[in-house]
Amino acid sequence: MFLINCPFCGEREQSEFKAGGEAHIIRPKQPTELSDDEWAEYLFMRKNIKGVQFERWNHVHGCRKWFNMVRDTSNDQIKAVYKMGEKPPVKKNV
Amino acid sequence: MKNKYSIFSLIKNAFSYHENWEKAWKDPEPKKEYDAVIVGGGGHGLATAYYLAKKHNMKNIAVVEKGWIGGGNTGRNTTIIRSNYLWDASAGLYDHALKIWEGLSQELNYNVMFSQRGVMNLAHNLQDVRDLKRRTHANRLNGIDAVYLNTEEVKKFCPIINTSQDIRYPVLGGTLQRRAGTARHDAVAWGYARGADEMGVDIIQNCEVKGIKRNGDTVEGIETTKGFIKTKKIGVVAAGHSSVIANMAGLKLPLESKPLQALVSEPVKPIIDTVVMSNAVHAYVSQSDKGELVIGAGTDDYVSYSQKGSHDIVEGTLNAILELYPIFSRMRMLRQWGGIVDICPDASPIISKTSIKGLYFNCGWGTGGFKATPGSGDLFAHTIANDEPHKLNAAFNINRFVSGDLVDEHGAAAVAH
Repeated sequence: MFLINCPFCGEREQSEFKAGGEAHIIRPKQPTELSDDEWAEYLFMRKNIKGVQFERWNHVHGCRKWFNMVRDTSNDQIKAVYKMGEKPPVKKNV
Repeated sequence: MKNKYSIFSLIKNAFSYHENWEKAWKDPEPKKEYDAVIVGGGGHGLATAYYLAKKHNMKNIAVVEKGWIGGGNTGRNTTIIRSNYLWDASAGLYDHALKIWEGLSQELNYNVMFSQRGVMNLAHNLQDVRDLKRRTHANRLNGIDAVYLNTEEVKKFCPIINTSQDIRYPVLGGTLQRRAGTARHDAVAWGYARGADEMGVDIIQNCEVKGIKRNGDTVEGIETTKGFIKTKKIGVVAAGHSSVIANMAGLKLPLESKPLQALVSEPVKPIIDTVVMSNAVHAYVSQSDKGELVIGAGTDDYVSYSQKGSHDIVEGTLNAILELYPIFSRMRMLRQWGGIVDICPDASPIISKTSIKGLYFNCGWGTGGFKATPGSGDLFAHTIANDEPHKLNAAFNINRFVSGDLVDEHGAAAVAH
């Protein structure tokens, strides 16, 4: 269990939040033209990184807004929190 | 040839104060080359090596383990074994494993303490009742023993359950698989390790995989903390760390690794002689031979490799346990721990070849891998040795996420995943 600094509400317990999985997976612009392999990649394949991962979270028992988070999955330390649409404040490959 | 464990060897060794038992497995340094290398020395990995040597005559093989054997999820689960899955493919897979469990202690000459004490799954609302009845029928059509019990029969089978209809989630009925039960988790790993070692398999502990060497689309070997090992076949059985190994080979898997927690109470006299699981309130409980209540909680919803889970998950599980078993209200919990489980989108495992020749994955067992240990090892060994799946694991290939032919056990498998 850890504390999450919601960009809208401030610091709250992690149990108020719902994890939404890997962030920055771009929805296909022309879904009708995707091959089965590309669909599988979009829908199911995940990096599932041990280390610094970019992910989406929802403050489901609070403001109910979505936001992004950078977290080290090997020790659950949060590196950064930023709003949807914003650029990550830390570089990828941290 | 190893000495057979028996009452006579026990008596013989008693005379030397049990100080002269031979080692159950050697502690070798890796050779330069093997015919196959299994990555991961848990129950599934050791079983794979055992069946490769025994049924497919591949004896020049190794199991590499980054820690100690059986120290990952094999040593962290709640040891429940059952095969009452809904879909035909799952029923075939898990009942194959259950049938091997039934003769495993004799086969391995190692007491895995398999106890067919029955597993009961509870229904708490009308939809549960319909789902459980449907699953009971599906099980019976697949030759798996299953019966549906009403509330009185549940109470009769496990008298300490609170069957009052006034509680938040009253017990409306349940299913029972009598052939199901529990086994001793460590013994499974140790028994397979001893059996594999006897046939010449090298079990190499404290040997972490650092990279997978490829030549185009073919594997050439693995980089480890104990040096490079050349091999044409790599079977990865790394549970929560499967994606980490896959990334080394440039593959992506449809997995997310999440913490799953369990806890045990202080030991008490025998009070519950079966396993009771509840899908809706997510609590399951059994009692170990030492007398501890073994309680399984749910997974957290975020990816983590930290082997820690959230406190609120445990709290939710204990709330449910206390409502169903008020008798446990004064019990003190002794230990709590987490394991990292790799979950597929359809909550079914992957036992499969990959797009890279010589690289095989056995992963995605999620929250329910222990029960499948012998069957998983047997079928994965078949897949590696023949470079094609056995008919029982054909449905569990990695391409199902491309074809859409999923084995959707989410919520259908008698317990929430």
